Amino acid sequence: MSLELVIVGGGPAGLSAAAHAQQLGLSWLLLESGPAHANTIQRYQKGKHVMAEPAVVPLRSDLPFSAGTREAILGAWQQGIAPLSGNIRYSAEVASISGSHPEFTLTLADGESIGAKSIVLAIGLQGNPRKLGAPGEDASFVQYTLDDPDEYSDETIVIVGAGDAAIENAIALSRNNSVVIVNRRDEFARAKEGNLAQISRAIEGDSIKCFYNSSVASIDAAGSVILNTETGETRINCDRLIARLGAIPPRHFVESCGIGFPSDDPTTLPELSNKYESNVPGLYVIGALGGYPLIKQAMNQGYEVAEFIAGKDIQPADHGILESMFAGLPFKLGVDETLALIRRRAPLFTDVNGLVLRELVLSSNLLMPKKGEEIFRKNDYTNSFMTIVEGEVDVETDSGKLIRLTQGQFFGEMSLLSGRRRAATVRAATSCVILESPRRDIIRLMNSYEAVRRNIDEHFIVRTLRAGLAPDAPADELLAIAGTAEIRSFRSGDVLFNEGDGADGLHLIRSGSVSVSRRIGGRDIVTSYVAAGNYVGEMGLVGQASRSATVRATVATESIFLKADVFMQMLERNDGLRERVQEIVRERLSENLRMEAQPEAGDLISFLMQQGLGEATDVLLIDETLCIGCDNCEKACAETHGGTSRLDRAAGPSYAQVHVPTSCRHCEDPHCMKDCPPDAIRRAPNGEVYVQDSCIGCGNCERNCPYGVIQMASGKEQAPNLLSWILTGRGAAPGKRQPLADDGEGKKAVKCDMCKDLSGGPACVRACPTGAALRMSPSEFVKLSKRVN
Amino acid sequence: MHESILAFRKRRYLWLALLVSVVSIAAYWIDDPQEPANGGTVLGYALGTAGALLIVWLAWFGVRKRRYASTMGTVQGWLSAHVYLGLALVLVVLLHTGFQFGYNVHTAAFALMMLVVVSGLFGVYVYLKYPQRLSENRGGVNRSELIDQIEDVDTRSRRIARQLPAEFQELVSSGISRLQFGNSMWARLRARDLSQVLLKRGNDYAVVANPGQEAALDWLADQQSRCRDPAVAALIGELSGLLRNKRRLLKPLIEDFRMQAMLEIWLFVHVPLTAGLLVALLSHILAVFVYW
Ligand SMILES: Cc1cc2nc3c(=O)[nH]c(=O)nc-3n(C[C@H](O)[C@H](O)[C@H](O)COP(=O)(O)OP(=O)(O)OC[C@H]3O[C@@H](n4cnc5c(N)ncnc54)[C@H](O)[C@@H]3O)c2cc1C
Ligand code: HEM
Ligand code: HEM
Ligand code: SF4
Ligand code: SF4
Ligand code: SF4
Repeated sequence: MSLELVIVGGGPAGLSAAAHAQQLGLSWLLLESGPAHANTIQRYQKGKHVMAEPAVVPLRSDLPFSAGTREAILGAWQQGIAPLSGNIRYSAEVASISGSHPEFTLTLADGESIGAKSIVLAIGLQGNPRKLGAPGEDASFVQYTLDDPDEYSDETIVIVGAGDAAIENAIALSRNNSVVIVNRRDEFARAKEGNLAQISRAIEGDSIKCFYNSSVASIDAAGSVILNTETGETRINCDRLIARLGAIPPRHFVESCGIGFPSDDPTTLPELSNKYESNVPGLYVIGALGGYPLIKQAMNQGYEVAEFIAGKDIQPADHGILESMFAGLPFKLGVDETLALIRRRAPLFTDVNGLVLRELVLSSNLLMPKKGEEIFRKNDYTNSFMTIVEGEVDVETDSGKLIRLTQGQFFGEMSLLSGRRRAATVRAATSCVILESPRRDIIRLMNSYEAVRRNIDEHFIVRTLRAGLAPDAPADELLAIAGTAEIRSFRSGDVLFNEGDGADGLHLIRSGSVSVSRRIGGRDIVTSYVAAGNYVGEMGLVGQASRSATVRATVATESIFLKADVFMQMLERNDGLRERVQEIVRERLSENLRMEAQPEAGDLISFLMQQGLGEATDVLLIDETLCIGCDNCEKACAETHGGTSRLDRAAGPSYAQVHVPTSCRHCEDPHCMKDCPPDAIRRAPNGEVYVQDSCIGCGNCERNCPYGVIQMASGKEQAPNLLSWILTGRGAAPGKRQPLADDGEGKKAVKCDMCKDLSGGPACVRACPTGAALRMSPSEFVKLSKRVN
Repeated sequence: MHESILAFRKRRYLWLALLVSVVSIAAYWIDDPQEPANGGTVLGYALGTAGALLIVWLAWFGVRKRRYASTMGTVQGWLSAHVYLGLALVLVVLLHTGFQFGYNVHTAAFALMMLVVVSGLFGVYVYLKYPQRLSENRGGVNRSELIDQIEDVDTRSRRIARQLPAEFQELVSSGISRLQFGNSMWARLRARDLSQVLLKRGNDYAVVANPGQEAALDWLADQQSRCRDPAVAALIGELSGLLRNKRRLLKPLIEDFRMQAMLEIWLFVHVPLTAGLLVALLSHILAVFVYW
């Protein structure tokens, strides 16, 4: 007999779907690969405070959920599903899905098969841990996760893996156990800097034993593991084996079920209908896997999908929010009609899936500027994307000319793609309705829809050419050039071209930055740093035929490459362009001469670039010739930010008496933003990258920031009154406040916000008694180097 | 790349301090009181009031320094003004007293003030001189990295010692646990390496002072010269190489602690004496009004 519904995955989405399926009287079964419900939540840190974002969306589920500790939430669900336990099977991993509606067949990892009319995939994004792939991989003493390292003591523990998780476990366990780590390679290449240093020291000092170039050959259930090492097979007796080999992303499994993805990019989401149905009829996708990375959203979808499968039609839980969003609009249409209107008017969205468009609008703002009102200002650091739903706007170019954009066109893509300041001020030319979408959603859209990417790229190129090279060229000429331009990507350290290469074209740096160096007296001397929005390679084109310098990406960089002949044609056709380019060449040549005369300055710039400052917008540096080590900067930061300093002065490298402390550099393309479930990391108009209150404390940003400047912190005790502290010494000294045991909020991400809420600006800089602390942008680094020598 | 506290904003507070000084001297010059110039004349009262206000303002710096959200200037600006006006204060008060001193609470206040000023001058000196030296001494490596490197040497020494007889293990582990310098402010300032080590002499162990790992190195050299087994001699050689490395690392670390202590020590004079000064000043003013 075939069930009406099988739910795969017992996370918040799956459980909520199950509870409602029961409510609706469907015949159902839930299959969960883990040993208990909600595996992802079970794997959170003990006592983690789970947050119920987004606050505006109401919960719609037969199971309870509100902010609280992990234990409380898991307990409440446990209770909620107790009456349903007959239909829930644990340790039942679904290995494949075949057939079609209404006769699907699910095959479990142990070979059992189950029939279903409809299937809901709610397997989340965490993926299942990669197994050892050796005989005995499921032996009783083998585990693939580690909750609490302090649980074990006086054991011999073998850890397999070389990533951050393996290293962190090994180091934590080595305090009370004898630890052996097995690395397939001859170094720990994938690990973060800090972890690498720690593990190397531990291995050097023999507190952890390491087998390099080794792998697990087999596992003996009696309690030993056999390794293939460089010197042959070795047997190790152990009490426990922990394999930390990463997770297998679920994408492959999902595709094997026949579900289509719009592109190969790993961030793209499966194509879904308004009812969460995939391109395979009867196969539904909800929760994190469908692109909704928060618990409440996942639970709401579980409820809704059960309704749809039972043949009912309900409005999504966010219906009310959209309704009130649209209420002020001049169109006076219903929610679906307004969405349809937006799609009709903005050609960019023509092919975008309905659910995706709905989500995009939901996370966007609708602006209604009046004629003449400013929409954004030149040099602001905002990076949202604007689509004109109604009305017209004027873009104020540098030459004072106005460029009119009309209904359906978009703008704001320049800052979005380059991470740089707004290139122009934009004003409403008539009363307008404008959809302002967050960067993250547009990037995701570009990754999912090739047509959207092409469209935005093309406009980006045309507008860049117009801004930088040919302000007066007609649009169709620029469009033709854009058609020949290529977008090239470089990783940090890659060479765009070498000194002496033939000059084959011009690079407009679209994001990232590059350094220019020349070989003088047998060594590379950096002569300049070129930020996004500028071009390199012009010298070879107007002057000599070969490259006069080597250009390297200082960080991940994208350039728009114009072939030499296309560029030459532009020079011919556009009056004044040749002169402008020659002027720039002249400036660069004299800068080169200056820098070549003082190679130390170039060395300082290369040092700063090696610290990743090529992608910084604003960085804290410390002049060691003035710093007295009083740490007043840290105290000031702590006292103006709830007791936790966001900078670590003493840490970090120095060169030529310039010290780069551990503190946020407000990257042009912030890595920390990449994977934040509630999209809580934002960029303010002045460039500050800051964390909003909606942070759920997942720690992704802490891991993603390559510069180690984000901490997870809980609230700190209250600061004493300053005068009474000075007079009586009672209470915590500045910068020394103790964390509260429980502030009811749990740990959240904290990072430098450049003191955007303080009227005086950065407290760290203003508190330095000797003026050693300074903040600057990379374009000012050349100034720094003037001091050198 | 940046200005020092003295050069701050084209030395604007130097000019202000000079202005205060010139005005005070001119007033003193012009003033022609009935009695000999002293704190009791009209000008004496004026200068005394100015001096007292200056002192209160100078002491307020301790508060401003910790008002981290304050938008009233920067701490660097305040310090620049503090230094220059603090020096001008000396002149203002001298003119106030009419150069009359005695054994009384008034002169006690003056003496305290001078001690605060002199300690302040010392502070400015170290603030200007030491940062550069600190940075050069560490050579681009920060303090915790230096400590890490020393710990590395320690663990490696332990490992080698394990292959040698017990007295070597004792040497290494006692050398590590009895490493001692800079436990107190005073010890840091003196930059004395007070480390000790347990050495086996004959059949007994003796605790020996081990500054700069010298005693340990000498003992190792002695053992090495008498050693017949080349494999053991090689290990001893390796161990003494490590300890020489440690000696090389300890030097800048001890020096770092010393200089950092120099940068802080004078505040232990400057701040408590400021408190004393405020009390003495209050007594002076009260005394003056009581005897009036
Ligand atoms: C550290 C961390 C902290 C977070 N904190 C919060 C927070 O405070 N608030 C918040 O709203 N969100 C938070 N999130 C996000 C939240 O965990 C996810 O949005 C949510 O779990 C998604 O639910 P889901 O049901 O879609 O997927 P999941 O919860 O991932 O559930 C998927 C389930 O499917 C099972 N499964 C996978 N593959 C198979 C298979 N082949 N066969 C059978 N079963 C399978 C898994 O074992 C798992 O139990 C956090 C995430 C992380 C990583
Ligand atoms: C409100 C501020 C002040 C007032 C009203 C004041 C008043 C006076 C008076 C009236 C005298 C003369 C006393 C006498 O001749 O017996 C005097 C002397 C003196 N004052 Fe002040 N004074 C003030 C501030 C200061 C300050 C800031 C200092 C320095 C710390 C200071 C140090 C002295 C000294 C050293 C003398 C000379 C004492 C002596 O003659 O032996 N005064 N002051
Ligand atoms: C009577 C006059 C003075 C008084 C009452 C006074 C008082 C103070 C106080 C209260 C502090 C704050 C210390 C802290 O809280 O950490 C301070 C700091 C300081 N003072 Fe003075 N001071 C005086 C004169 C001077 C003079 C004349 C100089 C220099 C020539 C000077 C140099 C300094 C310096 C360098 C600091 C350290 C600033 C820092 O590290 O933040 N002071 N002083
Ligand atoms: S937190 Fe890290 S990644 Fe994010 S902006 Fe700051 S330095 Fe860049
Ligand atoms: S700000 Fe960081 S910790 Fe907070 S939700 Fe986003 S990624 Fe997670
Ligand atoms: S700018 Fe503000 S938030 Fe950032 S490090 Fe300085 S004091 Fe802290």
